[in-house]
Amino acid sequence: MKAEQQYIELYREAAETITQRSCPVMNAERDAAFGVFQQQGFPTQKVERYKYTDVAAAFAPNYGLSLGQLDIQPSRYIYSFKDSPINLAPYYNKIADGADSITALNTALAHEGLLIYVPRNEHPEAPIQIDNWLRGTAATMMHRRTLILLEEGSEATIVMNDKADHPSPHFLTTQVMEIVCKANVHLDIYEIEETTPLCSRFSNVYIQEGRDSVVKHNVITLQGGLSRNLCDVYLQGENAEVTLGGCAIGSRQQHIDNNTLIQHQVPRCQSNELYKYVLDDQAVGAFAGKILVEKDAQKTTSQETNANLCASSEARMYTQPMLEIYADDVKCNHGSTVGVLDQTALFYMLQRGIPEAEARTLLKNAFMGQVIDQIQYRPLRDRLYVKVEKRFRGEHEKCEDCRLCK
Amino acid sequence: MLEIKNLHARVAGKEILKGIDLTIQDGEIHAIMGTNGAGKSTLSNVIVGNPVYEVTEGSITFNGQDLLAMKTEERAHAGIFMSFQTPIEIPGVSMTNFMRAAVNARRQAQGKEPLKSTDFLKLMREKRQLVGIDQKLMNRSVNEGFSGGEKKRNEIFQMAMLEPSFCILDETDSGLDVDALRIVAEGFNKLRTAETSAMIITHYQRLLDYIKPHFVHVLIDGKIVKTEGPELAQKIENEGFDWIKAELS
Ligand SMILES: Nc1ncnc2c1ncn2[C@@H]1O[C@H](COP(=O)(O)OP(=O)(O)O)[C@@H](O)[C@H]1O
Ligand SMILES: [Mg+2]
Repeated sequence: MKAEQQYIELYREAAETITQRSCPVMNAERDAAFGVFQQQGFPTQKVERYKYTDVAAAFAPNYGLSLGQLDIQPSRYIYSFKDSPINLAPYYNKIADGADSITALNTALAHEGLLIYVPRNEHPEAPIQIDNWLRGTAATMMHRRTLILLEEGSEATIVMNDKADHPSPHFLTTQVMEIVCKANVHLDIYEIEETTPLCSRFSNVYIQEGRDSVVKHNVITLQGGLSRNLCDVYLQGENAEVTLGGCAIGSRQQHIDNNTLIQHQVPRCQSNELYKYVLDDQAVGAFAGKILVEKDAQKTTSQETNANLCASSEARMYTQPMLEIYADDVKCNHGSTVGVLDQTALFYMLQRGIPEAEARTLLKNAFMGQVIDQIQYRPLRDRLYVKVEKRFRGEHEKCEDCRLCK
Repeated sequence: MLEIKNLHARVAGKEILKGIDLTIQDGEIHAIMGTNGAGKSTLSNVIVGNPVYEVTEGSITFNGQDLLAMKTEERAHAGIFMSFQTPIEIPGVSMTNFMRAAVNARRQAQGKEPLKSTDFLKLMREKRQLVGIDQKLMNRSVNEGFSGGEKKRNEIFQMAMLEPSFCILDETDSGLDVDALRIVAEGFNKLRTAETSAMIITHYQRLLDYIKPHFVHVLIDGKIVKTEGPELAQKIENEGFDWIKAELS
């Protein structure tokens, strides 16, 4: 328990300050969560859902704890927990998996929370955008907490950007996001990560869906160091639908680990998953996705796809789609592929005079296009086509003089 | 001028070309005929630099340059174009983007600025009309969902866009109906200048009725065993290769 020790000591020293700066609803969960973390420590790679990522190593550096204030544009739909228009106690830390060590650590250390609240039948016209911008010169960790509550019949598009000044020191972010969708809700949520090779991100997202709700969640990893995205979905109302999309682009020593669980708890729900990875250099990718269909969840339909391209001989991809079905009347498919760039297509392009680097970019971009095509919100889709292509060309707005990006 | 000397090549460890000598002067059209599996496509692929084929002996020069020392894309920039026997599908890359990349790469190699978007689209339209290829195919992925005939026309369309000085047509006529064949052949003839040379691989006389060859070569078992004038093509179409094989033994 070496890596854990500094967090245990940190909590003993900082708990009082954190508690003072925080709010009752968060403080009520704090000590118990710390207890869970203290008892379990960081998950080792023997823990099924953490098989592909060495968590303790990522938390080992000495990070300063950020206790800064949330900097949000107050609006009709965005609040800090302190200013919440509703009682958060029935929602806070309820669908999050309390037994997950990272969620527990986040619950213990997070001092502020961001609430996105859309009242019944409201449809915000503009998308709700949240930017998390990592700045500073010292190694720092942030523990972000978000609650998204969409009341019955409401709709929202949410775009979350993780960015960092470039070059950056070591940054570590944990995020726990609980998303509660009541009946007949439509939610599109996008998380776009564009940080630096020295940033680590541990994100745990929990989504609960009521009857007739439709949720699309996309996680797009363009730049980063270590990116770990866990997403659990609980389909609890009939006819609920979820689509999980993932676009992961890794190069150099990037490590990208997406881990999903979709629980079909009631009949007639639909789930779709499409995660695509393009890995270059020594990048490592992992995808593990489990679809769990419970006994009563008849007429479930589910499609899970993970397609991967290893563009260099040193890139590594681990893929593990899983189906666990206890109902008999279901339609579930899953599949995964790991391939290399199509050599005949590459040759065809070269014969037409297209330089090799350009030809490879075109092929990688074509491969990723399928995930971007699925993005509903048009301006974002157009922006992502450009960003993804730039990424494959090795361009980065702030990378020109950066040693790390060479 | 393309000059091939004593060319030997292997694929998958097997020797396919067993000493080819062939010189094609500027402005000349050479037809290559031969039995299936004789090595015609192998010869084409070696000329354009397909890495699957390994040259074990011999040389190829193009306008005095050592072709075998050049990368595939450099050979293309030097003016060599191959119409593939089996054109390749590239899902997710639109014809327009593909062509734009190819045209601008060629221009860059010539020290020219990339084409402006409007000029590029104008060029596309002009060349499409030349080979009678539908605009709607341009928004699709390269060759994806194209019929056999559309794929072949698309090869000639690409040739028209890139204006090569040496063209290889590897069974471009196979799979084309009579009308399509005429359009493609006439398109090719319009593109030709006095300097354009070509190597035309075919099993049929029909294409050669439109594109008159200066020489007809017979390739059997990795060697050119006979070279004559255009009348040889008709004779082969009528009588096959057995009489040539008989002459050899
Ligand atoms: N990529 C390849 N891999 C393995 N064998 C090949 C390949 N290409 C050609 N060959 C073999 O080489 C020989 C010559 O083929 P090819 O040049 O395509 O003949 P042609 O075009 O004259 O019909 C054949 O026996 C064929 O099977
Ligand atoms: Mg052939």
